[in-house]
Amino acid sequence: MSALLARSGGWGAAVLWGGGLVVLAVSVALAITFGPSDLVVGDVWAVVAEHVGLGESGLSQLRGGIVWQLRLPRTLLAAVCGAGLGVCGAIMQSLLRNSLADPFVLGISSGASTGAVLVVVGGVGAGMASLSVGAFLGALCSFALVLLLTRAVGGTTDRMILAGVAGMQLFSALTSFIVMSFADSKQTRGVLFWLLGSLSGTDWFTVWLCLSALVLALVVCLVKATALDAFTFGNDAASTLGVSVVRTRSLLLTVTALLTATLVSAAGAIGFVGLLLPHAARAVVGPGHRKLLPTTALVGAIFLVWVDTVARTLMAPQEIPVGVVTSLVGVPAFVFVLHRSRKPR
Amino acid sequence: MSMRAENVSWRAGGRMIVDGVRLDPDPNSTVGLLGPNGSGKSTLLRLLAGVRATSSGVVRLDGVPLSELHRKEVARRVAVVEQHVTTEVDMSVLDVVGLGRVPHRRTWTGPSAADDAAVRSALEQTRMQDRAEQSWHTLSGGERQRVQIARALAQQPRELLLDEPTNHLDIRHQLDLLALVVRIPVTSVIALHDLNLAAMFCDHLVVLGEGRAVAAGSPAQVLTEELIADVYGVRSAVTPDGPDGRPSVRFLPFAHAPDDVRAF
Repeated sequence: MSALLARSGGWGAAVLWGGGLVVLAVSVALAITFGPSDLVVGDVWAVVAEHVGLGESGLSQLRGGIVWQLRLPRTLLAAVCGAGLGVCGAIMQSLLRNSLADPFVLGISSGASTGAVLVVVGGVGAGMASLSVGAFLGALCSFALVLLLTRAVGGTTDRMILAGVAGMQLFSALTSFIVMSFADSKQTRGVLFWLLGSLSGTDWFTVWLCLSALVLALVVCLVKATALDAFTFGNDAASTLGVSVVRTRSLLLTVTALLTATLVSAAGAIGFVGLLLPHAARAVVGPGHRKLLPTTALVGAIFLVWVDTVARTLMAPQEIPVGVVTSLVGVPAFVFVLHRSRKPR
Repeated sequence: MSMRAENVSWRAGGRMIVDGVRLDPDPNSTVGLLGPNGSGKSTLLRLLAGVRATSSGVVRLDGVPLSELHRKEVARRVAVVEQHVTTEVDMSVLDVVGLGRVPHRRTWTGPSAADDAAVRSALEQTRMQDRAEQSWHTLSGGERQRVQIARALAQQPRELLLDEPTNHLDIRHQLDLLALVVRIPVTSVIALHDLNLAAMFCDHLVVLGEGRAVAAGSPAQVLTEELIADVYGVRSAVTPDGPDGRPSVRFLPFAHAPDDVRAF
């Protein structure tokens, strides 16, 4: 299967990305109108215009608040998480040379869950903020542990995936142990909901934090885009193509780990986005990372905006964790990827 | 003005894998590396490419030690074709050959006209220009090695290192591939198993045994019945019947059954 736009010049990609940004903006505006309280796209634009100082929206304070304080930050966080998880997944797949790798393959999500339940059970601080800090620290702990394990068992790419599996099992077991031993059922339910991925109850601070992390990581990864191409045939091949393998790999792993940890601590472990969307983007622009990474970010952002809209409206007023919806969509798509990645002949 | 290895050694787990090997290929010549499995051929090639750092000794490009050059500078001079590479990524032939331009490109710039020209010329030299759009995964083993050589040529190297590039290829593709390597105007160092192919295509042979260079010289000087018995432990008859009077090796059955077999 050849990529549709792989051969097009710089203009093809620019048109694609420009179009993608327009689709993303329209998606965000449309997504906000879904749900109770009868908003239309015009209202959304008006509220945004009002907040950046371009006239009055004419909406009541309540409805303006729904747009500006509830739905807009949530929808933007969905876009940022989709973009970030997609990019992290693409980087992991390339560095580990495994088309089934995702941002959580090195144990980051399970470490985050351990950190989060420790905070909930230990009652350190209160609310989402401390939960997020706990999750972030837990994610970094598990990432560090997996790196140490990898080094201890030989440092190759295959070993890194195995070390990730070991780390993931360890932290899942720790999470279960803590939940079973110390948490009450209400706490357990809260933690479980968050673990499955949830974009509800977010605020502008979180959106800005995640957006900054995304932009920084994307810049670093784009600077290393050509070097990433060189990893296609393995580490030694990358080295003979002039890439400082250890330095490039360490930098990219650290950057993606930090971004993943930030996103997970903001919205829980939303599965399958980082696994699948890089494949979708590759089918459109081909394997070159210079085009692949921005395209993955756009596709991921648009995808998660719509998945979150489905998650909060399908069974309204009951909300489905967004991670459950991505998994329901993801499993059939996953089977499709497995099917496609069969070795020919 | 070329690549030179001065007494290079590489140690792993207390064992000398490569032990004080010298190599000084003439520009544009084809040097064959021979030796049994585990004699250090692949490791020596990795040292020459700078993928592994030497434990002692030094590899120089135009007199400058590899360790003092940036990886990118090395990759613009020295290209490597490994014996068997794989990828899960769905790539076209053009994508794979384009990887050879990585060391020539700046970060975040697209392919330049020079990049396109180098890729096109590499495809033409390897006669793969009609297959540019084909998926790498649909190629045969011989075609994949041709594409890897095209990728190496796109690097525009002066030295080409090949690690048993004819493994798993049928005889037609083995001959084809080695004829291609000899034809391109670069200095090639090529690890080979087949003594007759080495005799046919190489200007100079170096034989490794347990990490040491045990013989070096022209095919006629190196490929003798004594050396083959010493290094490989097999009997052979060597005659000057190859092309241009080069040596031709015919293997003979064991003179008598080994002791452990006779016990039955």
